[in-house]
Amino acid sequence: MDTLLQQLLNGLVVGSVYALVALGYTMVYGILGLINFAHGEVLMVGALTALTVITTLMGVSPDMPPLLLLGIGLLAAMVVCMIVAFLMERLAYRKLRNAPRLAPLITAIGVSFLLQTLAMIVWGRNYHTFPQLISTTPMQPIEGVYINPIQITTIVASAIIMVGLVLLVTRTKLGRAMRATAENHRVASLMGVDVNKIISLTFVLGAALAAVAGVLFASNYGIAHYAMGFMPGLKAFTAAVLGGIGNLGGAMLGGIVLGLVEAVGAGYIEHLTFGFLNSSYQDIFAFVILGIVLIFRPTGLLGERVSDRA
Amino acid sequence: MKKTLVAIAIMGMGIGAASAADMVVKLGSVAPLTGSISHLGKDNENGARLAVEDANAKGIMLGGKKVKFELMGEDDQADPRTGTTVAQRLVDADVKGIVGHLNSGTTIPASRIYDQAGIPMISPSATNPKLTQQGYKAVFRTIANDVQQGSVVGNFAAKTLGGKKIAIIDDRTAYGQGLADETEKAAKAAGAQIVAREFTTDKATDFMAILTKIKAANPDVIMFGGMDAQAGPMVKQIKQLGISAKYITGDGGCSPEMIKLAGDSISGSVYCTMAGIPLDKMPGGKDFRDRFKKRFGADVQIYSPYAYDAAMAIIHAMEKAGSPEPSKYLPALKSESFPGVTGTIAFDAKGDIKEGAVTVYQYKDGSWVAL
Repeated sequence: MDTLLQQLLNGLVVGSVYALVALGYTMVYGILGLINFAHGEVLMVGALTALTVITTLMGVSPDMPPLLLLGIGLLAAMVVCMIVAFLMERLAYRKLRNAPRLAPLITAIGVSFLLQTLAMIVWGRNYHTFPQLISTTPMQPIEGVYINPIQITTIVASAIIMVGLVLLVTRTKLGRAMRATAENHRVASLMGVDVNKIISLTFVLGAALAAVAGVLFASNYGIAHYAMGFMPGLKAFTAAVLGGIGNLGGAMLGGIVLGLVEAVGAGYIEHLTFGFLNSSYQDIFAFVILGIVLIFRPTGLLGERVSDRA
Repeated sequence: MKKTLVAIAIMGMGIGAASAADMVVKLGSVAPLTGSISHLGKDNENGARLAVEDANAKGIMLGGKKVKFELMGEDDQADPRTGTTVAQRLVDADVKGIVGHLNSGTTIPASRIYDQAGIPMISPSATNPKLTQQGYKAVFRTIANDVQQGSVVGNFAAKTLGGKKIAIIDDRTAYGQGLADETEKAAKAAGAQIVAREFTTDKATDFMAILTKIKAANPDVIMFGGMDAQAGPMVKQIKQLGISAKYITGDGGCSPEMIKLAGDSISGSVYCTMAGIPLDKMPGGKDFRDRFKKRFGADVQIYSPYAYDAAMAIIHAMEKAGSPEPSKYLPALKSESFPGVTGTIAFDAKGDIKEGAVTVYQYKDGSWVAL
């Protein structure tokens, strides 16, 4: 029983990060119908920026309280990621807005390579140790189940950000403009919505979430690397599709479900298949679930209006 | 017919050389002398050079004639393609034996060229098992391969660490999987039970799910076949899950990088292994270090004693056979056994060193300490 609880907890932590990144995919898709494959790299840029800022500050004033350090690092990461995403949209995607759908998709893959290579030049090929400013000392709330402060922070911070985002989209004027733009660019602009500004804002908002996810990810594992964005990016994209791409609630649900499926899959796949499959099929397990969901619900778990887009 | 002609020609050359004062025998040394591991490459070359100079100082007679050995040092840039080009150049220069290359990745493709030319090669540092499994007759190495390393890991985990229940994880690469499989065999043979066999990738950072599963099996020792970039975070997560098992990994995790990445989660119950033995524990280590320092003004890096022994193995075999010709001295090389700097040098049927040493290291006060 404690093993199952531990696995669910493991899944929840990973799933929270997936969900944060998936929101970025889904927001951009909802508004532009574009799958921004470079989104995973934004997470990497965030983590490495925070790393540089934090280690520099640590060198300058070693007495700074760790939480303040992390806060400044996170803020810097968010700002840099927002600039990167703004430039990405402005320089790479805007001109292709009315091009055939394949063109922006290929461009997105190109941007992803570009960011990765730039990061390799700036931060080098080595693995970096990311300072774990939030404690990783395990606690045992239930006998045999371990959780540590950074894991709690990851889950809580993700939950707060997600709720905040939903409120922003459903309750504010900006959110209404975003929803209107997603509905129809031309009509929205006739109603006085600055469509270009809204699209830029969507990218920037998604990038800020990715920056948070990157810092949480790196703080959890204590490691940062120029290629670290690829796997979480791919998983988050899967999560967005699983939940129903274009749908905010779907991205969150998809992220959490994917995290849980992975953890429980890795833990129990051997028992479930009587030793036929093992944990090297951890990733396949997640994609099998995706396949089954898409067969019965082609628009994902919560997706509704994908058919007219895809 | 052709062969006898060649043999006669070679004999003729031998007679021709007799009139000269000294007979010159060329040996080749190949290692990366430029690039990120050039310090290791130069180390290898210096090891071979010291052996050649020792032999010349001793004044070795082959077939009644005094021999002067010459070392041709070549740079393969740790690049497989350059490695084969350089190998061909050495073959064309009529070298009689090769010490090299340094990396498994360059040694394996180059070994084919030496084999076709019939020139014996001895690598002082390539550990991939494949090198000696290609069926070539004249390929040797003076360092333990990864199969031997795996058996040391398995035995150490089961016997020294007293592991009755062992969990094994690998990263599904050729290196990690190979090492893990050999560990499993050795641990089972030593009476341990493999309670979990889990898998990850060489790109993963999260191991919580497989570690939670391993925790339920309650192992005494966890073994990981893979690199430091995974081993570091893994050690952290083992601590985070409150697992108290000892941890052992191969040379991929035996780096200063691993210690950095594991942070304050690493402790004295973390071990790793590396092919070879530390210089201090080699039979001729002390003497070698002093003479090496005196001759080259540099410290021994890692593999130069193995390069010295590799060159000496070739020279010994020539002496025994009384000829520098590969076809003549190869049988002597296969059957020889002599005390080298690193230990007894003798090869098995495939060309691997018989008593391949592997050293276990334990984490202590910020670095790896040899046990």
